[in-house]
Amino acid sequence: MSIDVQRIRADFPVLAKLINGQPLVYLDSANSSQKPNAVIDAMTTFLQHDYSPTNRSAYTMAAHATDLYEGARANVARFINAPRAEEVVFTKNATEALNLVARSWGTANLGEGDAIVLTHMEHHANIVPWQMLAAEKGFSIRWVPLTSDGLLDLSNINQLLAGARAFSFTAMSNVLGTINPVKELCALAHQHGAIAIVDGCQSVPHMPTDVQDWDADFVAFSSHKMVGPSGIGVLWGRESLLDAMPPFLGGGNMISDVKLDGFTCAELPAKFEAGTQPITEAVGLSAAVDYLSALGMHNVRAHERDIATYAINALTDAFGDDIVIHGSRDIEKRGATISFAYRDVHPHDVSQVLDQHNVCVRAGHHCAKPLMRLLGANATVRASFYLYNTNEEVDALVSALAEAGDFFTL
Amino acid sequence: MPGLEDLYREIILDHYKNPRNRGTLEPPAVRSEGHNPLCGDEIEVFLIVNNDIVEDIKIAGQGCSISQSSASMMSAAVKGKPVEQARALISRFKHMMSIDEEGEPDTSTPLGDLEALQGVVKFPVRIKCAVLSWNTLSEALDIAAE
Repeated sequence: MSIDVQRIRADFPVLAKLINGQPLVYLDSANSSQKPNAVIDAMTTFLQHDYSPTNRSAYTMAAHATDLYEGARANVARFINAPRAEEVVFTKNATEALNLVARSWGTANLGEGDAIVLTHMEHHANIVPWQMLAAEKGFSIRWVPLTSDGLLDLSNINQLLAGARAFSFTAMSNVLGTINPVKELCALAHQHGAIAIVDGCQSVPHMPTDVQDWDADFVAFSSHKMVGPSGIGVLWGRESLLDAMPPFLGGGNMISDVKLDGFTCAELPAKFEAGTQPITEAVGLSAAVDYLSALGMHNVRAHERDIATYAINALTDAFGDDIVIHGSRDIEKRGATISFAYRDVHPHDVSQVLDQHNVCVRAGHHCAKPLMRLLGANATVRASFYLYNTNEEVDALVSALAEAGDFFTL
Repeated sequence: MPGLEDLYREIILDHYKNPRNRGTLEPPAVRSEGHNPLCGDEIEVFLIVNNDIVEDIKIAGQGCSISQSSASMMSAAVKGKPVEQARALISRFKHMMSIDEEGEPDTSTPLGDLEALQGVVKFPVRIKCAVLSWNTLSEALDIAAE
């Protein structure tokens, strides 16, 4: 079964927007996705009728808000097939989730002489927290290189993982669109006694996620890329690891007792949720999870496989050697996030011309500067497609690109 | 909505396609480097200052048409000019870009071709592109003065 894109588009009010009489062509969902009415309405209804603090006050409305908040947690747990809802920790976003792992697990487990392994295709969110900690703790960071077609080069993975304490990697590149073999990478990490940390920010919105099948130890992702609101993200972690870790942020909600000479932590997941949480956003995320679940993540992936194929073919047919699409051409190994170089036109100039046609793409380094250096570019244009994008929008991209080419021909 | 022709004036595209004073200079020339963290643009400014005169300037690095043409025009405008005049031009240019708007700019130094970049103000996200080389020049002048 494939998804009915026109019906889906009707669910996203912003997609009906006209700018100067022309439709919006939103191709920046790898950056942040648009929101359906189901999410907007769930949050509005909660704010209008049900808002109150969670996990502290005893009145009925607070109990109801707590039920909704904890229901969101259970819903997210189901969505990623987590064994227990308590293993789902709400954070601000995937960046904070990865910082939590680095600060909490990393501080307790990494020291001088230790090593962790990252890859050349990581987002800064899965690089900088480790570099910050490494500067304090003195452990080393090893890097998995890439093949020329933008896949992880696993030819020396056993040497890289030998003696490593953690292997932290993205499930899908936010620049190349590469889908990594997560299950295989988790198994490799475990063979070497390392834990496996998965940055699921780009994969969770676009394909089925099963943390148990992956056999991962931690998975981080953001709500705002999966048709949910910004301001909330998720860290799923194996209970035994989360239990053994020191707290991340200190404050209300995360303690079981505080005395003048110290404190004791609350149980999971409150231990990692200091202060008032993004309650309304959790309600929105839960509605997003329901929305995606009703469509079926296999169907979302199938649609994106189709549109990525159409887009790569259309761009190649129209521009031939004038366009360089980064990453793999194998549609089974990539998602619908497509970065490219177009003639010698600078990505910023390309996106400016596209903007005149309401075609929204990202131009820049995509928070992945080590990868950009590897590509030999200081910026790329990135068109990223999602469940609501159509082949006609690919055509709009192609024709706007042709105009950019005419304008800037050197 | 402002059109592309407001931003990409012919003279801008000319400087982009045929950048002036492109290259590097060896020490004792001073060098400074500027980055636009948003889009990854990089600019290097090489400068020889003698007797308070900008004797030579070279520009290296890569970036979009706005950042590159702005750098090219800037190099043409300050080459051979007194340092004081170069600094006045930096201030005047940034004023044109709606930065440092306090006070009236020193208009004694003509903007010349640089007037063409006026349209950038209508595209706020591009102001950083236009100003990158000027901030880098300012830094290079500081280094040269040390």
